[in-house]
Amino acid sequence: MSGRGKKGVMNCKHFERKLIAYMDGKASEAERREVEQHISACAACHTRARDFAAVWGMMDALPAIEPSEAFDARLRARIAVEPVRRSFWAEVLPSPRFALSMSLLVLCSVWLANRAPASTPPANSEAEFKMINNLPVLENYDVLSKFDVLSDLPTQTPGANE
Amino acid sequence: MARSDVQLMLDVKAGDSTSFELLLLKYRTPLINFLYRMVRNQAAAEDLAQEVFLRVYRARKEYAPSAKFTTWLFRIATNLALNAVRDGRYRQMEISLDQPAGDEEFGPQQPISLPDARPGIEQELMERDRAAQIRRAVEALPEKQKAAVLLHKYQEMDYAEIAKILQCSESALKSLLFRAYETLRVQLAPLVVASRRGMGG
Repeated sequence: MSGRGKKGVMNCKHFERKLIAYMDGKASEAERREVEQHISACAACHTRARDFAAVWGMMDALPAIEPSEAFDARLRARIAVEPVRRSFWAEVLPSPRFALSMSLLVLCSVWLANRAPASTPPANSEAEFKMINNLPVLENYDVLSKFDVLSDLPTQTPGANE
Repeated sequence: MARSDVQLMLDVKAGDSTSFELLLLKYRTPLINFLYRMVRNQAAAEDLAQEVFLRVYRARKEYAPSAKFTTWLFRIATNLALNAVRDGRYRQMEISLDQPAGDEEFGPQQPISLPDARPGIEQELMERDRAAQIRRAVEALPEKQKAAVLLHKYQEMDYAEIAKILQCSESALKSLLFRAYETLRVQLAPLVVASRRGMGG
């Protein structure tokens, strides 16, 4: 439903929704014009707007109270006895010193883990490959000892056994 | 340069108790006045204000600046006041306040045995009676309307902030305010008419 009357002028219901913002000076320029047009045409709403202003003026005249002298002291005393709420980590870890030493321990572990491969000498891939291939032979003591015996044999010339 | 309320509260969160003191000094009077007009008794209003500040203090570690500090502060205050009024916790105090023999706002009324010729006294009594009528009319508003009027008129908050505090839309708030002021206009009609005459209207 439109908020306007037959002649395009704001009706009373629509005026009610705009009046507070108008009186606060927070209505848009268009709304302000609409409200003022309505007030000039509608005696009841004109009176209402004037009465609202009077009510606001009366309310301004109401005296305010001051806090009692004991207010601040009482609040400070209540805050002083408030239990200290510890954070999650404060609950989990017994003390900051413990937390620090645990952190250092973790950091050292990480550092050592990263450092270990770097300290090994660079691999000679061909020599390493041969050693790996020969591992079963090197581990077999009998085979090695036979190599020693064979090395003592005189060198055979081709056709000597013939 | 003065720190904003949000910055002060963030400093409280970081453990700075001086910032809490600054917030207390800044807001205790408006907060107590708001609560006083909600529950009609200074002692009760101060009890509730203490509770509001304690809740702020207890929640400091979880504070996140998602809204204005005053929105948070007055939302806590409004909820506490509405609950207190609904529970009837301060009803006994309200009844004693409504007795015609005394008016807390101006201290206990003195018995008047003889007419005083001084014109100032009569004027003062009229003013006091007028203020008491206005205060009673505001206090008699439905609780949510009263909270809306107090936040609008005395805290001068904008509609968006009041709507957040009262957990309603801005449109609903404007309607609430209109109904509240319309009720006050009717309740205070004799005073309104007198002020109109005084203004020559």
